[in-house]
Amino acid sequence: METKKNRMKLEFDSISENESFARVAVAAFMTQLNPTVEEVADVKTAVSEAVTNAIIHGYEGAVETIVILCTISGQELEVTVEDKGVGIPDVKAAMEPLFTSKPELERSGMGFAFMEAFMDELRVDSAPGQGTSVYMKKKIGTVNEWKES
Amino acid sequence: MSEIQVENGRLTVFVPKELDDHTAKEIKEQVDEILNTQWIRTLIFDFRDTAFMDSSGIGMILGRYKKISYSGGKIEAVGMSDRIRRMMILSGLYQVVRLEKKGE
Repeated sequence: METKKNRMKLEFDSISENESFARVAVAAFMTQLNPTVEEVADVKTAVSEAVTNAIIHGYEGAVETIVILCTISGQELEVTVEDKGVGIPDVKAAMEPLFTSKPELERSGMGFAFMEAFMDELRVDSAPGQGTSVYMKKKIGTVNEWKES
Repeated sequence: MSEIQVENGRLTVFVPKELDDHTAKEIKEQVDEILNTQWIRTLIFDFRDTAFMDSSGIGMILGRYKKISYSGGKIEAVGMSDRIRRMMILSGLYQVVRLEKKGE
């Protein structure tokens, strides 16, 4: 059987109204993988976190461009969220749970932790002045549901 | 605008269908206006209609906790889906917010 392949690219303004648009668009794109409700919710949360980071931290509220690239390869979904904003000086520190550079905006510091929890793979490439690229991967259609004890 | 109810020092916020950075900012403004002008002992976030939440929701609730705890007030969360409950546990929010037990 041939491996299923598909891709899409999305470009939009870095305004908070587009957070819901972005996650719903990626959710719609992934339906061809026949995901479970849980898997769709996982991806929506992760995309929302990455896009919110780009808006608040990457562009610090300025209206610029965010690009999302999605690829499907077999049962794997890859999502990359890119901004050309200020970048992250210390990626490792930023990825620590509860780390936030903007406590005054009441950020919980859980964005990367949720991306990590809900996706299979997370990679962040960033440098000051170079923007940020968040790459995430998730295998869809493997039952991996959490159960509360 | 989210629906909000005040009764006997209890402020209930009916959280909208999607709680993200955008809607969290709106709730924050509405709630803070009431917290600044009325004496609220208990702030309740009712998630019965909420299908989506990201970490912005956690930040918004934590911010309200900081505000209300100065005057000895408390925060409760009710009607959460399993997923939202899990996020509250992962983030440690459960340590300062009373989470309704399942089936309560």
